[in-house]
Amino acid sequence: MAETTTLPQDLSPLRAFWSVFRENRGALIGLWIVMLIVLLAIFADVIAPYSPTEQFRDAVRAAPMWSEGGSVRFILGTDSLGRDMLTRLIHGARISLFIGLSVMGVSFVIGVGLGLACVSLGNAVDVAITRVMDLIMAVPSLVLAILVVAVLGPSLTNTIVAVTIVYLPRYVRLVRASALSELGKDYVTAARVAGVGPARLMFSTVLPNCLSPLIVQAALGVSDAILEAAALGFLGLGAQPPIAEWGTMLADAREFIRSDPWLVTLPGLTILVTVVSINLAGDGLRDALDPKMRRS
Amino acid sequence: MFRYLLRRLALTIPTFIALMFVTFAAIRMVPGDPVEVRVGERGISPERLAMFRHELGLDQPVWKQFWDYVVQLLHGDFGTSLATNQKVLTEFAALFPATIELSLAGMLFAVLLGIPAGTIAAARRGTVFDQTLMGLSVTGYSMPIFWWGLLLIMFVAERWGLTPVSGRIDLIKFYFDPVTGFMVIDAWLSGQVGAVKDALHHLVLPAIVLGTIPLAVIARMTRSAMLDVLSEDYVRTARAKGLPAWRVIGLHALRNALIPVITIIGLQVGTLMAGAVLTETIFSWPGVGKWLIESISRRDYPALQGGVMLISSIVIGVNLLVDLTYGLINPRIRHG
Repeated sequence: MAETTTLPQDLSPLRAFWSVFRENRGALIGLWIVMLIVLLAIFADVIAPYSPTEQFRDAVRAAPMWSEGGSVRFILGTDSLGRDMLTRLIHGARISLFIGLSVMGVSFVIGVGLGLACVSLGNAVDVAITRVMDLIMAVPSLVLAILVVAVLGPSLTNTIVAVTIVYLPRYVRLVRASALSELGKDYVTAARVAGVGPARLMFSTVLPNCLSPLIVQAALGVSDAILEAAALGFLGLGAQPPIAEWGTMLADAREFIRSDPWLVTLPGLTILVTVVSINLAGDGLRDALDPKMRRS
Repeated sequence: MFRYLLRRLALTIPTFIALMFVTFAAIRMVPGDPVEVRVGERGISPERLAMFRHELGLDQPVWKQFWDYVVQLLHGDFGTSLATNQKVLTEFAALFPATIELSLAGMLFAVLLGIPAGTIAAARRGTVFDQTLMGLSVTGYSMPIFWWGLLLIMFVAERWGLTPVSGRIDLIKFYFDPVTGFMVIDAWLSGQVGAVKDALHHLVLPAIVLGTIPLAVIARMTRSAMLDVLSEDYVRTARAKGLPAWRVIGLHALRNALIPVITIIGLQVGTLMAGAVLTETIFSWPGVGKWLIESISRRDYPALQGGVMLISSIVIGVNLLVDLTYGLINPRIRHG
């Protein structure tokens, strides 16, 4: 902690970022929780006490540890098929993060490609891409996702496809808008005059300067994707049983809302905590990366 | 202004064409034969099958089918439901008031709570109230509303017995024919004692669930718009004149802060429609959202197609109205 007393002259960008980021208590807490969830997801096989599909016929819908009739054997109880809730929630983290990160990664790559295509391949391409993105934005997110899943059939992969389509326009618009504003600047003209080719101009001159809003969008996009995928799972249109997906678990638990409330409470709480943490960390990321956007 | 209106209108036409194309293509790509769904599992003679195919236009080339689809839509024909054999538009129109009623109630909840909360948070910036409110706002924004609904049912309806669990009105106690389709108004028109109260009781929980995300967005937006406005000169002048704080904040500042907030409210229509699908499913609320999900499980693709088309058109229309209103209040947008 010695280096915080005086600010060194050659503050590396990462350090500068960190010194702003850690001022934000909420963002810091969010980041710690997100890291915890990531670790749980990575080491799910080691940490989780059982297998997510293992059924204990002698302990169907066992109560969690703290309530009457609960035991240390199943800390968070078991579901209607006698599967350990804690195990399934931990494995669910893996599924949800996988969905969130896949959606983010794919939309990031396609978004950058289409966004740069808009500003560099001429007016016709620009208009075509922009119109399609407008259309996607016009259809309510979940309704569009439902349509895509209805066509492709419900599965984990198709959830990722559907949610990616829904969130793609945000990336495309962001890349397009920031690339357009960068293109007018002197350093781009300078690079062009120096003879930099069009592809290199886009990817190595313009793109790096558009990255900060894009990184923020990507971080917040992970939480949106997790929420959307859970909603699809809840409607029975997402990951199919026996996959331990939080939304699907919630849908299975609906009929036991009266008798075994923890079956409903736990998966939802897990979704909420995950999404809130990512959003808090993402807000902090925005404040630290992009001081102009810092408002509320 | 007129030119702006024309240009904005012209921009929505390609969006509509693309929407028609997408809904058409999507349904073509669905696995399974719609005719087989309609005739059921027992099967029928090849002649009758061919007749059905002809009746549905499935024996035509694809481009002709698309053209027919467009012409149909332009005539206000959104297809016929396979499950009920009724016009999709008729079914939609019968269910849509329920969704509007729910959405209006949800929005009312969000606005009535969100604007005062955001205003107070801005006026007391940095206090515990402000921090708590912003914390709640992030939570509300991140809320999986399908779980939130189940949670409210669990506690408010089941454990404390304060509200009913599902539906729009107690059908055992009250029966009357729909006049407007809005249950609260119909209940009032019926003149039956206690009907309005019962309808409102049914409305409370779904409205809270649907209004939660808009509430978080509106509270946040009001706060940041207020913070911008509070540093303006005219606010300082008002303060210098010696006006009481509530007058400065409540009248001078709030009126100007509301412009961006109203835009945000208008743009929540899409969120409301997406939320309605989940909320209606949880509370068995007979609106278009629940109907859309049911039409998927019934493999009623014309209903799904028409429903998506209608919901999207409504959202596009409302967004257009919001844009035009905003252009009207803020001339800078028009010439942008």
